[in-house]
Amino acid sequence: MHDVNAGCAAETFVPLTASAVLVNPVGLHARPSVKLTQCAKGFVAKIEFALAADGPWTDAKSPVKVMRVKAPQGATLHFRVTGPDGEAALAALLTLVHDGFGEA
Amino acid sequence: MNNSSSGNVGIVIVSHSPKIAEGAADMVRQMVGDAVPLAWTGGDSDGGLGTNVAGILEAIELAWSPAGVAILVDLGGAETNSEMAVEMLAEDRRASVVVCNAPVVEGAVIAATESSGGSSLAAVKRSAEEFYA
Repeated sequence: MHDVNAGCAAETFVPLTASAVLVNPVGLHARPSVKLTQCAKGFVAKIEFALAADGPWTDAKSPVKVMRVKAPQGATLHFRVTGPDGEAALAALLTLVHDGFGEA
Repeated sequence: MNNSSSGNVGIVIVSHSPKIAEGAADMVRQMVGDAVPLAWTGGDSDGGLGTNVAGILEAIELAWSPAGVAILVDLGGAETNSEMAVEMLAEDRRASVVVCNAPVVEGAVIAATESSGGSSLAAVKRSAEEFYA
């Protein structure tokens, strides 16, 4: 029941989008994928990303799906965030990518 | 090697080789961090390659969490001994411990990542098993 309500609430939010270039030498490999997932999981908003502005979109809260994208260095990560804490989520994600996930 | 102060799902790594189990646990700690209760076990009771039920029970105890425990195993005996260990738990704990059908190293990292975000035992298991999906 809780999930249903959250789903309805999410629909009333306009998706926020932004993009950032991956600076990590090895791209979105295992460790950054874990960090991206952990960051995304800290927000209730629905968080997706893609390598192109029109998708296909990947659930940023799924570690397996994030790793499967195998985004290389120099790739642009497009984020699409929908939810009550969307702005904060987007800011946190962009900071994470800009900072090379703490390893660049 | 555990961290039982957390309410997150615990992770247990069971391999025939203690080196693999310990190495996988190192990867979890370094990649995911300390927010997840974690324990590993490997080797038979004589110190050779294998698994033993007592060691698995001990690891489950170390990684115990009210949210439950997800076990990652490698081959054959690791799985059957883990299932046996689960059956030997107190009845009220049995339902809170699951063996995941996932590769031991990758599954442990993924399961711990999922757990570190506060996910349920079912979500942790599902995420680890996505590797074979």
